[in-house]
Amino acid sequence: MPQEPAPSHAELEQHRPYLLRYARLQLRAADAAEDVVQETLLAALENKSGFAGRSQLRTWLTGILKHKIIDQLRRQAREAPLPAGPDEDPDAAIDALFHADGHWKEMPADWGKPDEAFENKAFWAVLERCQERLPVKTARAFMLREMMELSTEEICKELAITQTNCWVLLHRARLGLRECLGALWFGNLGGRKKPR
Amino acid sequence: MIRLTCKDAARLLSHAHEQPLGGWQRQRLRLHLAICDGCVNFKRQLAFIREALRRLRDSE
Repeated sequence: MPQEPAPSHAELEQHRPYLLRYARLQLRAADAAEDVVQETLLAALENKSGFAGRSQLRTWLTGILKHKIIDQLRRQAREAPLPAGPDEDPDAAIDALFHADGHWKEMPADWGKPDEAFENKAFWAVLERCQERLPVKTARAFMLREMMELSTEEICKELAITQTNCWVLLHRARLGLRECLGALWFGNLGGRKKPR
Repeated sequence: MIRLTCKDAARLLSHAHEQPLGGWQRQRLRLHLAICDGCVNFKRQLAFIREALRRLRDSE
């Protein structure tokens, strides 16, 4: 197969905004995001052997970026371990949403046609805001799962937690996000108390 | 125990986003969802959240 000429600096730069956004969602820190994207683009320039063609340039760059993000998260973990404050007890946060008999305190509401939110720019800001409200470690686990699509085994390793702990964090994250979206976006469609 | 509480059902629904559930758990979940609108809504909300985050990630 004839080798495509390596991507130019300008071609790589076109993907910078996308990569920055991706990194920012993971790292929650603009300067760290800038750093990993810079490293990614440099690595792409230096090592073009992995380049499989222009149509896949973004996929290739994203693959490099994922590794850089994980390296960065490891560095952060070494330098400043994530705080385990009182807001980080995920079991308690989950318990708080249910009655002792296991019923929802507030039944999840019908969001109607939620996909319509995708057409609304304001929705994305709300989604990011809700994500930022999650406790740090919970958010970290959830982003590794939903955005980087790591397996729970990989997440356990990255965060040095047990599999069970990992499941609890991910569940906690989903419950937290849906609550926040319910409150900030889907309004008072819900909040109906379950008759007991 | 055949009957699931909403709390158990919610945990299984979330868990199903990590790995496929076993047949027995799927069965129990199906029984619960047949009688619980709240958990059906929760299930839809989880699917929506996954889709929303992927779109956020892949947006320009």
